[in-house]
Amino acid sequence: MVTPTRKKDRIDSLAGSSADAGVSLAASAWRTLRRSPVFLTGATIISLFVLVSLLSPWLAPHDPSDPMLIDQVVKARNQIPPVQDGHPLGGDLQGRDFFSRLLIGSQQTLIVGVLATLIGLAGGLTLGTLAGAFGGWVDSVVMRLVDVMLSLPSLLLAFSISAMFARPNQYTVIVAVAVVQIPVFARLLRGSMLAQRHSDHVLAATALGVKPGAIVFRHMLPNSLGPVIVQSTLVLATAIIDAAALSFLGLGNPDDRIPEWGQMLGDVQNVFDTHPQLAFWPAGCIIVVALGFTLMGETLREALDPKSRR
Amino acid sequence: MLRYTIRRLIQLVGVVLVLSLLLFAWLRALPGGPVSALLGERSTPESREALTKQLGLDQPIFVQYVKFLGRALSGDFGVSTGVQPGDSALDIFLQRFPATIELSALAILIAVAVGIPLGYMAAKRRGGWFDNISVGGSLLGVAVPVFFLAYVLKDVLSSALGLPTEGRQDAINATRVTGFFVLDGVLTQEWDAALNALEHLILPAVALATIPFAVVFRITRAAVLDVLDEDFVRTAESKGLTAPTIRRRHVLRNAMLPVVTTIGLQTGALLAGAVLTEKVFSFAGVGQALAIGFERRDYPVLLLLIIMATIVYVVVNLLVDLSYALIDPRIRTR
Repeated sequence: MVTPTRKKDRIDSLAGSSADAGVSLAASAWRTLRRSPVFLTGATIISLFVLVSLLSPWLAPHDPSDPMLIDQVVKARNQIPPVQDGHPLGGDLQGRDFFSRLLIGSQQTLIVGVLATLIGLAGGLTLGTLAGAFGGWVDSVVMRLVDVMLSLPSLLLAFSISAMFARPNQYTVIVAVAVVQIPVFARLLRGSMLAQRHSDHVLAATALGVKPGAIVFRHMLPNSLGPVIVQSTLVLATAIIDAAALSFLGLGNPDDRIPEWGQMLGDVQNVFDTHPQLAFWPAGCIIVVALGFTLMGETLREALDPKSRR
Repeated sequence: MLRYTIRRLIQLVGVVLVLSLLLFAWLRALPGGPVSALLGERSTPESREALTKQLGLDQPIFVQYVKFLGRALSGDFGVSTGVQPGDSALDIFLQRFPATIELSALAILIAVAVGIPLGYMAAKRRGGWFDNISVGGSLLGVAVPVFFLAYVLKDVLSSALGLPTEGRQDAINATRVTGFFVLDGVLTQEWDAALNALEHLILPAVALATIPFAVVFRITRAAVLDVLDEDFVRTAESKGLTAPTIRRRHVLRNAMLPVVTTIGLQTGALLAGAVLTEKVFSFAGVGQALAIGFERRDYPVLLLLIIMATIVYVVVNLLVDLSYALIDPRIRTR
């Protein structure tokens, strides 16, 4: 079943990972990714998404909070502004230009995704490094805390954290979505740190008298980055989807002057059957972007993990 | 085995105690605290003070927590303020728990029944169009917000298939025995009642099943790929065993361990997903109670349901660990 070429690849990659993991594994991963159509699809989607969200203030034809079409909204007959000249997607329930809201929404969505991932990463990095690098009682205390967090289903934890705030806003959403990622990152880093504590390169650095802090940051952390990057890419997708779920439960940001896709989707639940387009557009955007991040993350995982190469 | 089980159960007690303390502190830290939550906007200073005394909120937090634990041990978790105002939180849980079990069980069943065969076939045809399409589909499943999918099923598919979209059962005369509506219908031989309840389960269960399906499919595919490379499969092939025997006895059996672990871990995501799908389909389960509880800030109910969700999650994963012994004899003898 195992063809010689595949076996050779595998040995090569294993050798590469043990010799000088950083450079050669990254380089070989990049060689694989550059030719992977799946990765390139994901990367194209995400590049477009980032570009649009950065340029959206200039791309959007109208102010997303301006109820300019309000006279076309007829509450009694359940009517909203139709597609018309200058408004390619019509208006929303408050008579605001829907196309502009979608464009500006990309920016807020990117902010929610990136900030949530960064906060989760920073928290997990701190806890995981502490536990993995020092071991002993620090490890025990930190990991028990992480275990308590992990024993609660993560989305349920995000719901509970949001419910703690009397007045939810954009930042409470980000915090709720971010905190549930902390234990995952922490476990990931701890495992990698523990595995390295007694490895040759750390032993050598210790023998040379390198300070513990420098060992952790210069020698151990860089070697743990692969799985962390993969996880971050996947978390970017979950964060955006989770934010939508929070809005759906009424735990999201009630201020919709500056829109966010999850909020746009969660807020129209009561008119889903009469104006499905108000849900389909933001949902479609979320699905495409989440898929883009997932495609990137999964191909990265395969490329960076020598064992998963087959 | 027994010692391991006992140790895990003691750990569970520890987790529940820490979690309940955290949740309890959270409840107290809320702006205005439970008094405002109970009295709402219409409170006068006198009524607030009276209720504070009556609830014992003027005492130190640890005294309150110990008292809460004492009451909790006798089954008193407080009274609902928003989900079903006036009902005891425990009653709400007991009433609704069977509904969520029915829903999650069917969702897992769908995910396993579709995910394992599909994962096996994709692995066998690795790199082919069937593999690519099903992997793509599973990635898409991860990217779609569950509640959006639920709405699409509700508004598009329900009319095409003629399936109900609201509640657990139509208003028909059904005898209640266990609280599991499908099971009740079977036990009392009221077949139309069982069928009716099952019809109400289908759409929410399909929506909910997308969460575990994507994961079950991908883990099965990866595990089967691993096993297919093993020497014992080649040996089985070369000694002339038939394909179904190899599949059943050598490939699937060895590939099932990671799949079973995944199913256990997915119960957590399933509980959270139930909050969303039960809300869409007005399905009177624990998830709907949580959704309403979050919306109306019904803290006694939230406290109990979140603790219960944690216990269920941990116990299911313990059972999964124990079931390894059934699948893998090597663990049994250890």
